[in-house]
Amino acid sequence: MEYEISLLTIVGISIIGALSLNMILGFCGQISLGHAAFIGVGAYTSSILTKSGVPFLLSLPGAMALSCLIGIIVGFSSLRVRHDFLAITTMGVSFLFTGVVRKQEVLGGEMGIAMIPDPGWGKLGYMVFVILLVVILAIFSLYLKRSWMGYTFDAVAEDEDTASIVGVNVASFKLIAFALGTAFAGLAGALYAHNVKFIDPESFGFIESITVLSMVVIGGTGSVWGVITAAAVLSVFPLWFQFIDDYKLLVYGTLLCIVMLFSPQGLSGIVADLKGRLVNSKEGLHAAD
Amino acid sequence: MLQINDITVDFGGVRAVDQVSFVLKKGELLGLIGPNGAGKTTLMRVITGSVTPSLGTVRLEDRILNKLPSYQRIRLGIGLSQQIVSPFRSMTVLENVAFVAGYHKTKNPIASLFKVNRSPENEEAKRLLNMVGIEEVASSSPSNLPLGYLKRLELARALALKPKLLLLDEPLAGLNQVEAVQLSDTLWELNRKGQTIILIEHNLSEVIRICHRLVVIDNGRKIGEGEPHMVMNDADVQSAYLG
Repeated sequence: MEYEISLLTIVGISIIGALSLNMILGFCGQISLGHAAFIGVGAYTSSILTKSGVPFLLSLPGAMALSCLIGIIVGFSSLRVRHDFLAITTMGVSFLFTGVVRKQEVLGGEMGIAMIPDPGWGKLGYMVFVILLVVILAIFSLYLKRSWMGYTFDAVAEDEDTASIVGVNVASFKLIAFALGTAFAGLAGALYAHNVKFIDPESFGFIESITVLSMVVIGGTGSVWGVITAAAVLSVFPLWFQFIDDYKLLVYGTLLCIVMLFSPQGLSGIVADLKGRLVNSKEGLHAAD
Repeated sequence: MLQINDITVDFGGVRAVDQVSFVLKKGELLGLIGPNGAGKTTLMRVITGSVTPSLGTVRLEDRILNKLPSYQRIRLGIGLSQQIVSPFRSMTVLENVAFVAGYHKTKNPIASLFKVNRSPENEEAKRLLNMVGIEEVASSSPSNLPLGYLKRLELARALALKPKLLLLDEPLAGLNQVEAVQLSDTLWELNRKGQTIILIEHNLSEVIRICHRLVVIDNGRKIGEGEPHMVMNDADVQSAYLG
């Protein structure tokens, strides 16, 4: 049972990380190849806070706030560069994060931070807390998509210039997407740190950014259910099948290529396509009657 | 309502617009015409803010617009229907118009998170689609529609902003003669109800039929201005069109 609890906790944290990137990439169309850096900021912030005696529950908003602040600063780059150039800029953020953290004694340097305090709720209690946050974030994501902010994100994601000539303050909406996404990335990082109780710079490197990106793209950018499903499957598989963990980048890279070639809308696109075919075949049957 | 003063635009070494000035009065339907490459669309983009002029000022009512970004100019009351159509293809035709009709709900980005109801905007979008004659494709994706429909979608979207000034860049292009006459009638009717319009158009028969006044541009320079029949009989204008 303990294994299943641990597995569900990891899945929950992965889903929060993927849903946070989905707000930036899926909802607002801003590519980010450095998302793990924001998860890392949250992890380091809450670890340092709890190690200095701050209660775990108070460390979470602290982690979210710092990630959000750095996310907004990085978000400003999205106002100057777009598409491939934004991808390269955010990739730089990922390398910058690991480079800076490695050299900081206060952050544990190469050795990282160990013995991160336990929230004291037991493994089951922690899992329930994580799952609760997943449910809240999923509901918030679905609400966001329905709101006028989500409506505007759709427009910005598709065509910033046209959004601008219908009166949208594109810069503000892009910054909000970065602020929301990176704040929840900080939450995922804090939950991760207090789950594994040890963090180092490599835990939040470029490979982890690509892992989160794969979850969003394979699930279907912008689709809450697709991203949840992909994050759950992709975080569980390496734990179930050790050989996948050894070839993680190869497997994720191959999956990304397959999705890009055959279903750019990811799992959600495949489901929508199947639904459409089912409706068409039913209509065909009715017409035949 | 709109004052264009000595607008000059340079693209590298090429002068696309050269000291063009004109005034648009409230309630007017002004035709901005000229041969291909004359600088009409560039001038339109100067008004909307997507092109920065080297010299000159654009004034809407009491405000100089030069330093304002496009979205602020639009929110001050400018609606634009573009020459190259650019619908949001991930939205249906109705959603395209309804999104713009809800511009007041997206004015404050943070507050837009707490607004969900789209019913009034959907109703307004249906009314506008009916006005431009494409209500039957309201639930279709713009990707599946011919150019004539997309041109009318652009117009409906611009009208959804309830603009003080409507800028129309070749709205009749891609329409057959019957559709062009119908849409011209719609524009004329809009203008009759008080809508101020600048119309860039190559369909000269329709321009002459519905516009109060014309401004003619050739090679970036203004070569004529005045009542349509008088302008079209001007030797310089005829030379610009006929060579």
